[in-house]
Amino acid sequence: MAEYWNIDPARQSLVDEFFAQKPEPEVSLDFNIPEKDFNNAGKGSAEVKNLLKRLGIDPEILRRIAVASYEAEINVAAHSVGGKMISNIYDDLIHIRFEDHGPGIADIEQAMIPGFSTADDLVREMGFGAGLGLPNIKKNSDMLHIDSERGKNTVLELIVFFS
Amino acid sequence: MTKIYKFLDVLSLSRILCFNEKKQVSSMTLREIASLLEAELLTAEADLDRQVPCAFASDLISDILMCTKEPTLLLTGLANTQVIRLSDMIDISGIVFVRGKQPSQELIEMALERGLPLLRTKMTMYRSSGLLYNAGLRSCKI
Repeated sequence: MAEYWNIDPARQSLVDEFFAQKPEPEVSLDFNIPEKDFNNAGKGSAEVKNLLKRLGIDPEILRRIAVASYEAEINVAAHSVGGKMISNIYDDLIHIRFEDHGPGIADIEQAMIPGFSTADDLVREMGFGAGLGLPNIKKNSDMLHIDSERGKNTVLELIVFFS
Repeated sequence: MTKIYKFLDVLSLSRILCFNEKKQVSSMTLREIASLLEAELLTAEADLDRQVPCAFASDLISDILMCTKEPTLLLTGLANTQVIRLSDMIDISGIVFVRGKQPSQELIEMALERGLPLLRTKMTMYRSSGLLYNAGLRSCKI
């Protein structure tokens, strides 16, 4: 399996601690993401954002979470045969895991390059496919981890700290 | 900046300063924007006196997500419902559909639910942006 990691160096120890301890989330939200369902794609991210807003999360942090989550949700709808997102909310951070049922990313490093896209015409007509999805997720998260290969499923997880 | 100013005579300098001052007129109301762009209001009960501090124009969703960090008027030729989903993620104060793009009733209803004002102009994105910029509406911070 090919893997990609991007962790803000200032957060490295907190991220390590999180994965070592695997704490129980305070709140967990699951959403299905059907293939090419652009009427509903983004709903999961919007609900997560609304919940965090009610919890009083800083607006700028909220924006980063919403943008990263929405881009990842759109990626699942646009590029996979369907999947789901699991959002786990803790006292100090949010961890969102996107799992799909394939067909996988052939070359993750290439997919990370701003402007690179394999989006089809339908997806491009919707205004997606700029090749900025993964770079946007990287930019707006404190931790990004992608595990994928061609012919397999993709797991993308991200963490954003609340302060 | 001081280095640059050294090469300018006093007259050009004062012109630049006035120019900048004019650009800082900043916010406009939706009413003024609609009138300038000869735009049709698609969401009847919208508050047209709402102040819009800045604007951004793009047909690419990732660009819009990357650039919009404050309440922003969005000019776009995209007329699918994902444009409304965008407003759930970032702070959009209104949307102007350019090039006469007609959004679906479903999209308009989604905007009404969110209290998001929608305008539609026959003008191109370039012309719309130019007119608003000339009127002093600044570009959003990126």
